[in-house]
Amino acid sequence: MAGDPMIRLENVKKVFPGSSRAAVTDLSLDIGRGECVTLIGPSGCGKTTTLKMINRIIEPTSGRIEIDGRDAMAIPAHELRRSIGYVIQQIGLFPHRTIAQNIGTVPALVGWDQARIDERVAELVEIVGLDAEMMARYPSELSGGQQQRAGVARALAADPPVLLMDEPFGAVDPIVRKRLQHEFHDLQGRLGKTVVFVTHDVDEAILLGDRMAILNIGGIIEQYDIPEKILAEPASDFVERFLGGERGLKRLALLPINEADLEHGPFVDVSTTPAEAHRVMEQHGVDWLGLLDDERLLGWVDGDLVDSKPLRDLDPRPFLVTLDTESTLRSALDAVVTSHARVAVVVDDGIYRGMLDLESIAEGITE
Amino acid sequence: MMVLGQTSQLVDWDWIGRNIDQIADRTWQHLSLTAVSVGIGLVISLALAIVALRWRWSYTPITWVTGLLYTIPSLALFALLVPVVGLNATNAVIALTSYTLLIIIRNLVAGIDSVPDAVLEAADGMGYTRRARFWRMEVPLALPVIIAGLRIATVTTVGLVTVTAVLGLGGYGYFILRGLNTFFWTQILVGVVLSVALATVLDIGFLVMQRALSPWARRAR
Ligand SMILES: Nc1ncnc2c1ncn2[C@@H]1O[C@H](COP(=O)(O)OP(=O)(O)OP(=O)(O)O)[C@@H](O)[C@H]1O
Ligand SMILES: [Mg+2]
Repeated sequence: MAGDPMIRLENVKKVFPGSSRAAVTDLSLDIGRGECVTLIGPSGCGKTTTLKMINRIIEPTSGRIEIDGRDAMAIPAHELRRSIGYVIQQIGLFPHRTIAQNIGTVPALVGWDQARIDERVAELVEIVGLDAEMMARYPSELSGGQQQRAGVARALAADPPVLLMDEPFGAVDPIVRKRLQHEFHDLQGRLGKTVVFVTHDVDEAILLGDRMAILNIGGIIEQYDIPEKILAEPASDFVERFLGGERGLKRLALLPINEADLEHGPFVDVSTTPAEAHRVMEQHGVDWLGLLDDERLLGWVDGDLVDSKPLRDLDPRPFLVTLDTESTLRSALDAVVTSHARVAVVVDDGIYRGMLDLESIAEGITE
Repeated sequence: MMVLGQTSQLVDWDWIGRNIDQIADRTWQHLSLTAVSVGIGLVISLALAIVALRWRWSYTPITWVTGLLYTIPSLALFALLVPVVGLNATNAVIALTSYTLLIIIRNLVAGIDSVPDAVLEAADGMGYTRRARFWRMEVPLALPVIIAGLRIATVTTVGLVTVTAVLGLGGYGYFILRGLNTFFWTQILVGVVLSVALATVLDIGFLVMQRALSPWARRAR
């Protein structure tokens, strides 16, 4: 990371009173400006403790924590916290305050005037994808997913440079969680906050983390790197075991389709003669033919039908799954195993770009 | 009916008409004894609850002592207080107040305890100071439970005030005691009915107040 880190932990240690083992033994971690770092590790490894030491909900036993170059201990805790957005797993919306009041909590605490708070709240409701009509409701009148959004909006309210999130999407069902993850990913791309994100969902850590820190019991860092690197070269058996099965699939999910890897495959223009069509199928060793009309993808036809009529008059069947140039190799693999023809077809605005088969996907991951 | 005379009538409306001023006086006495006792009870309970919340270990002895007070029969407590403060309103208020403490303290502490940890942690995380968190998060959220405590304490006190008739006070209890002595049914009924009515009105009043002060809890249902 270039420049000074936004958050720096130096030899931080936490021993809870009455406990013989340190929850966090000796942790040093730099988090860059605008970077989203995911902390992941087994239950009880000290993720939450680490996060809460950053905003001093938990005071470290020893060590130093700097935020934007300032010693966190030198700032009164409540002032420090007003400049750090905080989202907890249980959401913790204030039940006696409306959603609008909840979202406006920190702006009100730091003394914004009401008009400015209202404006900001309306803006945030939009940003996190809540309906404006929900602003007047109480938290108990929202669904779990809506409450999570309100929780994120509340954390963002005073535009803090730093955001701490402790399993923020843990309490909602998997489908809503996926959606929230992707929305947060987009949001983070736009807002560029410095985020520390605790999770125990490996896929979430990989998706959201610019870098991910894998912690072992006692807050020991096993590996701290970009997800691609961690998946490709796990630093230890622990990391490898923690990442679990399907490491290859997880890597594929991070790798975009490389246009250079695309093949043209058995795809021909509808003006092609039957003889030429047979030659193409033979060359590729397949019994089907992709049809293009001036580069536009029409679909595919069975090889047996090629002699029956001119290609232009055949009724091509559509490819069930097509990819665009932004897709990942993982969705390409999915397309291959789903498609009848065992290929993943890449289409950009209706224009045929090329295809991938199993072999070219496997090549993509070894590059 | 005429021959039997007024004493045999269940309700002698004439008597009520003639004594309307006295009924008003006793209503005022009943209300003020209740209000003063519950009011002082609330102040003492608040202080004790704050102590109990701050130093947790003190909660057990506090409930033990107030619980003991609660178990003393009211007549006995009035009598016990006579040598100390005499046969007067002070005696009544001390006794009545002591009965409110247990209920109010328990509800204060239970109310504050019922505030979810996640709310407290979020409040800390947003940058509330301890004091601001107590007054703006914990107290408002505990309010339904606290008011429920005041409600029970008030209704109980309305009933107990009638017993202070033995001290020459009693509010509506005065009518009950006199009526019992003279076998005058109208007087007994007036005392009983008005006392029950007062308790009911105050009960509903607290319910309305509780709903008005915690719209969030009502809409949640
Ligand atoms: N307030 C506390 N008092 C004593 N010990 C604690 C306290 N909070 C956490 N611990 C201990 O510290 C260790 C780390 O806890 P922490 O909550 O940071 O784990 P975590 O990584 O967030 O786990 P999880 O994934 O289950 O949330 C655990 O052994 C836990 O029991
Ligand atoms: Mg945790």
